[in-house]
Amino acid sequence: MSIALRFHIQRGEFALNIDTVIPGSGVTAIFGPSGSGKTTLLRAIAGLEYAEDGHLKVGDVVWQGNNTFLPTHQRKVGYVFQEPSLFSHLTVQGNINYGLKRIKDESSADVLQNAINLLGIEHLLQRMPWQLSGGEQQRVAIARALATSPSMLLLDEPLAALGDEQKTAILPYLESVYKTLDIPVLYVSHSRDEVARLADHLLLLDNGEIKACGPISEMFTAMNLPLAHQDNAESIIEASVSSFDEQFGLATLAFSGGQFLVASAPLNIGSTVRLQVLARDVSITLEPQINTSILNIIAVTIDQIVKESSAQMTLRLTADNTVLLSKISCKSADDLNLKKGAQVYAQVKTAAILI
Amino acid sequence: MIISEQDLTALWVTIKLASVSTLVLLIIGTPIAWWLSRSQWRFKFIIEAIIALPLILPPTVLGFYLLISLGPNGPIGGLVSLLGGAPLAFTFTGLVIGSVFYSMPFVVQPLQNAFASIGNRPLEVAATLRASPLDRFLTIAVPMAKPGFITASVLGFAHTLGEFGVVLMIGGNIPGSTQVASIAIYDHVEALEYGQAHWLAGSLLLFSFLLLIIVYGANRRYTVAQP
Repeated sequence: MSIALRFHIQRGEFALNIDTVIPGSGVTAIFGPSGSGKTTLLRAIAGLEYAEDGHLKVGDVVWQGNNTFLPTHQRKVGYVFQEPSLFSHLTVQGNINYGLKRIKDESSADVLQNAINLLGIEHLLQRMPWQLSGGEQQRVAIARALATSPSMLLLDEPLAALGDEQKTAILPYLESVYKTLDIPVLYVSHSRDEVARLADHLLLLDNGEIKACGPISEMFTAMNLPLAHQDNAESIIEASVSSFDEQFGLATLAFSGGQFLVASAPLNIGSTVRLQVLARDVSITLEPQINTSILNIIAVTIDQIVKESSAQMTLRLTADNTVLLSKISCKSADDLNLKKGAQVYAQVKTAAILI
Repeated sequence: MIISEQDLTALWVTIKLASVSTLVLLIIGTPIAWWLSRSQWRFKFIIEAIIALPLILPPTVLGFYLLISLGPNGPIGGLVSLLGGAPLAFTFTGLVIGSVFYSMPFVVQPLQNAFASIGNRPLEVAATLRASPLDRFLTIAVPMAKPGFITASVLGFAHTLGEFGVVLMIGGNIPGSTQVASIAIYDHVEALEYGQAHWLAGSLLLFSFLLLIIVYGANRRYTVAQP
């Protein structure tokens, strides 16, 4: 299954021009600065925004075509708005049941119970919305959207209105929701951290146009996109846990092209984790160092070199299918005589486990 | 008996008229107010102006035109007699029609404001939760506009209760069928029957006050629950 969409929406000065295909599974982050059309795109998919010359096909079903326009209430979407927007005249239970009552699906009661557990809102069910904190309200809004057993989940910056503390509290819930459900999730965000943690695919939007789209690890390390050149440039690596050292609290994480030792809480052998390696934490050495405190040193090939300023440059390094970014000074590159295609060693000071 | 039989009947006609008119106004006014609060039609203001007319028009002017159109030769009266009905002028039904026009803005405007203040968002949320347009209206818009409905009912009822000019023009002040309390009081004063005028006016005052106490008491509980 995939989601094919083509929208042209003109709203005064702003124009949204989209023609793309989104994977039918995993989390696709719609990422871009504010005013780039992220929300408009999501609303068009939900049928809340009407694009005259629009086309939207979800799997085999045409939601919008030449002569068809499914109204929102007939589209199987779960939509979470930026503000929780709970119905103020209903209890939490009433809010959650609102969608549940309107679908004829036997299994959805189980789905809902599951969502209530995942989101940890069991104890809130009898309260009125105004008795809840912002984070609690947003969790209820997510459960309410999931209660309709949607075949697609649309999230419009669900964490933007929350404080940092609440954000940190709600992220694990979102992650467990994504992992449990086998439906595509479209996640609008302008937070790089959220995207790094949650997204599998990335759709970069700027001024109403798609600048690029693809798997997140590629998009974060593509040298022709701005993400790889920002100060907090990073690479995302999917790795599997091959062993865990109880004595030092270190997990051995294997990936295509090497393995890292990463400090962590105990992990299950064989489970997958997502690693974040910041470009500024990666340094280059010509010979593998011994007698160093750095644990993670892997052999890499220099794939691309881009000069950021007279002082600093960004290297794109590959080890088999894995890509790392490294930010080093131009002087070091000159001293080591680094050239494209050279075989060197990447020393990784820290790698963080995201999920 | 302190209050005469005729005055009691006048009180009863008044309350009946106010109740029936309010009910009719809620039934007619709700869809109009909903449409006014959602519509993007550029000439919507014309409809709004027509509905607001009774706010500034002298009741006798409204009553005069209603009398003419309800009479056997008028457009409404003519249509009714064509369909085999009795003429409407000088009947209770005629009074209800007059009251509905007269009190329309007092019901439509609070409802329109209440619907508008809900905003689009709750309705969009309901749509994504599979609720059809009618479903959204009944389960989201109406309950969320509850304070507006209370205000509209009170204003519609109270305004009809105090009606004088329109009733006088189209009701004809027939004791037992179209004589309402406000006109009966006027008659008593004209006849210098101050004692009876006192009783009738006092009853109306007490009744109105009690009604408002009950409604605002209930409304306060509602608003306190939703800070």
